[in-house]
Amino acid sequence: MKKNTWINLGFQAGALVLALLITTLILVAVGAPPLKAYLSILSGAFGSTRNMMAVLITWSPLLLTTAGVLITFSAGLWNIGMEGQMTLGAIFTTGMLRLLEDAVLPPALIIILGILAGIIGGAIWAALAGALKTFGGVNEIFGGLGLNFVATALTIYLVFGPWKRPGVGSMSGTQPFDESLWLPTLPGTELSLWSLLLSVLVIIVVYFLLRGTHFGLRLKAVGKNSRAAFLMGVPTWQYSMLAFLLCGAFAGLAGGIQVMGIYHRLLPNISNGYGFLGLLVAMLINYQAVWAAPIAFLFAALNIGSVQLQILYKLDSSFAGVLQDMLVLLVLLGEGARQRFVKKD
Amino acid sequence: MPSPLCLFHGKLFTIALAFKKNKTMNVELKDIHKTFGAVHANVGIDLVIPAGTIQGILGENGAGKSTLMKILSGFIRADHGDILLDGRPVVIHSPANAIQHGIGMLHQDPLDFPPMRVIDNFILGRKGSLLTGQAEASREFKRLAEQFSFSIDLESYVDALTVGERQQLEILRLIWLGARVLIFDEPTTGISAAQKMRLFAALRLLAEQGKTILFVSHKLEDVEGLCNRIAVLRQGHLVGEADQPFSTKGLVEMMFGRPVSVGERNPCGVGDVTVSLSKLSVEDYRLKVRDVGLDVHCGEVIGLAGMEGSGQALFLRAVGGMSHTVGGKILVNGHNLIGRSYQVFKKHGVAFLPAARLEEGLVPGLNLTEHFILAEEPKGFFINWDKGRLLAQERIKDFNVRGTPANTVESLSGGNQQRALLALLRVQLALLLLEHPTRGLDIESTIYIWSKLKERCQQGTSILFISSDLEELLQYSDRVLVFFSGKVTPPLEAASLTTDKLGELIGGKGWTELSSGKGA
Amino acid sequence: MEMNTLLIGLAGVLATAAPVLFAVIGETITERAGIINLSLNGTVILSAMGGFTVAYKTGSVPLGFLAGMVIGAIVALIIAFSSITLKRSQVAVGFVLALLCRDLAYFLGVPVLNQSGPRLPSLSIPILKDIPVIGTLFFKQDLITYLSYLVIFLAWWWIFHTRPGLMLRGIGERPAAAFVRGANVNRMRYIYTIIGGAIAGLAGPTYSLSIKAGWMGTQSGLDGIGWIALSIAIFGGWNPLRAAFGAYLFAFLQWLGLVLQSKLPGVPTQVLQVAPFPLMILTLLLVNISDAEWVERILAAMPEKPRRWMMKLLRALRASPPAALGVPFESE
Repeated sequence: MKKNTWINLGFQAGALVLALLITTLILVAVGAPPLKAYLSILSGAFGSTRNMMAVLITWSPLLLTTAGVLITFSAGLWNIGMEGQMTLGAIFTTGMLRLLEDAVLPPALIIILGILAGIIGGAIWAALAGALKTFGGVNEIFGGLGLNFVATALTIYLVFGPWKRPGVGSMSGTQPFDESLWLPTLPGTELSLWSLLLSVLVIIVVYFLLRGTHFGLRLKAVGKNSRAAFLMGVPTWQYSMLAFLLCGAFAGLAGGIQVMGIYHRLLPNISNGYGFLGLLVAMLINYQAVWAAPIAFLFAALNIGSVQLQILYKLDSSFAGVLQDMLVLLVLLGEGARQRFVKKD
Repeated sequence: MPSPLCLFHGKLFTIALAFKKNKTMNVELKDIHKTFGAVHANVGIDLVIPAGTIQGILGENGAGKSTLMKILSGFIRADHGDILLDGRPVVIHSPANAIQHGIGMLHQDPLDFPPMRVIDNFILGRKGSLLTGQAEASREFKRLAEQFSFSIDLESYVDALTVGERQQLEILRLIWLGARVLIFDEPTTGISAAQKMRLFAALRLLAEQGKTILFVSHKLEDVEGLCNRIAVLRQGHLVGEADQPFSTKGLVEMMFGRPVSVGERNPCGVGDVTVSLSKLSVEDYRLKVRDVGLDVHCGEVIGLAGMEGSGQALFLRAVGGMSHTVGGKILVNGHNLIGRSYQVFKKHGVAFLPAARLEEGLVPGLNLTEHFILAEEPKGFFINWDKGRLLAQERIKDFNVRGTPANTVESLSGGNQQRALLALLRVQLALLLLEHPTRGLDIESTIYIWSKLKERCQQGTSILFISSDLEELLQYSDRVLVFFSGKVTPPLEAASLTTDKLGELIGGKGWTELSSGKGA
Repeated sequence: MEMNTLLIGLAGVLATAAPVLFAVIGETITERAGIINLSLNGTVILSAMGGFTVAYKTGSVPLGFLAGMVIGAIVALIIAFSSITLKRSQVAVGFVLALLCRDLAYFLGVPVLNQSGPRLPSLSIPILKDIPVIGTLFFKQDLITYLSYLVIFLAWWWIFHTRPGLMLRGIGERPAAAFVRGANVNRMRYIYTIIGGAIAGLAGPTYSLSIKAGWMGTQSGLDGIGWIALSIAIFGGWNPLRAAFGAYLFAFLQWLGLVLQSKLPGVPTQVLQVAPFPLMILTLLLVNISDAEWVERILAAMPEKPRRWMMKLLRALRASPPAALGVPFESE
């Protein structure tokens, strides 16, 4: 048993080293000094309080989407539609806030309703993808992708149409909300403790859900062998739909937070790739919820840190993506190599 | 119009084929041994099959027939021994290599391409020029089909053909490829009587042409009616050969061995009828099982006998609420469950244990504790892991499963997986349906599992089980139903059956005597 | 709209369909062998950047296209290796590669961003170009568009009219049966995946060296083309001709969006641009709907005539994938 753990660690460490090696080569190819580049990423992420706050702000929605992926993946589903679900959450939250912004209600209540609206919006969008799969036989990958595009189109329509700013609609989004409707932040920063709290809460809930409840166990059974789960009495398609709903709810929550805590308005591409990034994190941690928080934090740090790269070395910030994707790819391949290696013994 | 070059190449190929090989081939298997782990599937098989013979290969499930045929057709290599074709030892690397040597195999489920047309299936795999040469292939097909009086539409898709027609296509294809030895694996399962006649006529014609036919089957009547000689396998050994005229009794004795004295059966009290089936009909694309009537008493054990593919699996799943039924009634404790979902069957106390333990019964990746928790009604929201572990330990001890609660199910041996499956069943059941409960298990596990099952009987659970082990059927059943090609015997008292008689019925013989009032 | 403008517009549709066509045909071939190359979106973007960079640096447009093919082939090789040899999930690896290739393209493409580079010149075919209507439509294009016509026909001919193509279909439907008939299933899967990837690798350079010359990074409008191509491959029923129809339909809808943009001032331009995407993906619903149980029930309840007509329609739309798509092959 001990030998196995060492082999596992060996292959994972190997993947990490290989990833760094390849990205170093890429940096050299572009003419950037590798060591300095990595250091500037680090300083870009942790060098100042402002940067650290930025990392935490990025961490929060990523944690939410990762939590959602963990649930759907448990059920054996590839929920690529999370971008759209997050967008719909943002749309619903904006809609709710616009509805109530002139009402005579305590702002705290309006904010809470906004959050709820976001959750519902995301859940509805996910339910659509689930229904397409369950009743229409449309693979959830394509259903999700298609709905992502629809969500984007919807956002653009709203931003340039019925919800446009007075005057001319622009890519910078709808009319920003009054400050009273902003999620309260730490003084002097843009970080909202509420969003952080919520996301951490969600990932903890998901951890216990998957590990310690009947629902989680049954979901796992459906994901690993739906036929046997069915024979044991688990209502399989209901559980799949429920997984979609939960994941959508979390994505919607993330979208709502983006609106209320960061941008204070609806703008195109508000989901910002968090849906896909959540999938990557989940793949990297091999769907073990316990590692979600640290790895999501790492990815958030990489995202923020590489902005520095852009400033200092005029490199595109997609370098963060390159590093993240490379890491996941090599870990995936490494897992395959390990299985072959172990089999040969 | 195919190019002249194409025609020329095609002709060269055919001429070369004709010159290179003559049209017949003698087959000899010498001292063939094959072992899979602990199982010695073929033990020193010696068999000579002259050209032009229709050789029957008879034997129970697990006797070693399919292993031997897989060796001859190139799917696996023997551990020891030789294959001689026309006196020359050959090494067969793969199925494609076998066909190059002139050996072709027709599988029970033909290895063809259902979504493609007949002509595509005919051509696929044959070497030749870049273009498919469809015109010439069509001509060849029609010519060959006429020889055997087959009529198959070249343009139709294979998934629209009947099993018999798919066989015919495969025969024509193998002949076209130059096969001189043809192996048929259970060919008469799932074909109509008319198609069987045509098949037999074709086989006789092929034999007349000098081809060597190997006919593997469990259907005594077919084998006796068609074959020139019969070889019988049992438990890996070639136990005997027979020539025309055949004695059914002799063949059955060779197949199943001497009848063993049946051990004592626990008589279960003749209680109320808990499960009643009337005019139950099920079907799938191959088989139709019609109008089965059965009254099962409290605590009774009914054995379902028959070779694979005779309808008992279909029937069992229908009784468990998993197969689509065409008609009839399934009454469990007075409730008619026909047409209802599997969940409803479960609620009324019907449980089904599949034979494919890891594919259908257990969830690979989850450990025993998790399985036991899954199987119970969930109490509350959170899992009480300690309670779950205790439950698992209890059941593991109770059922003598060699494993710990933390073991994943795929790490258990087959016997322990089966015990685990049994242990997962909830306490009170009206009806327990078992698919091959002791298949692949050692004696100790078998006896233990049956003792546990009998306990349930005493508690009032009725059992329907499928088995291919005749001794098991006779020892543990109160009554037996025999299935053959979708036909079902009336329930027969196990006490009045011998292994010989049961074997005969399984092979399809002796059914007419039954309708004259025998059985319970 | 007057005739000539219409014709020129439609000719433009044929040209803009070319990249999608290459991606779709390439994927059709790969999936016919039983492998899913989900990285298409990334491959298209990366090959666009790579093709343009090579053409920019060497001044040679053909080399640019070749580079695109090589990139497509390499990505496909990674997919083939991870699915066939390492037996990893094709969906997982494909998805990560889609993201990786895209990010790599944006990152490595900075030096050539918004530079003007070589461009494929237009090449009208003499005599044929003067045929009324057809001439303007088909024969006043550039080389790569002509190649796209050829690729459709070649793929269709190969798959349905040659012996090796027949074996290709066999491998995708039932590798066990193909193996018995002498196919080296895994080797053929490798080969066809790489070929399919190389063809798909032509899509990117077609864009960056012809349609919208230059590399414009995130503004290139290429993000999403690969996902569309994947769904068109399904819609196309793994038949190059039907898939080509889907590709042309998509390009037509995009053009229509552009045209309508001026007629419908109320609707923002971006919406019309994005609209064809979800439309094409939702056509997948039509393709699979005949299998759904509830549809069968509704059909059973319909009167005879409309039911027959409905069933004919559904059967024509139906697209069944190669039965062994996505399933690794183990010879015993």
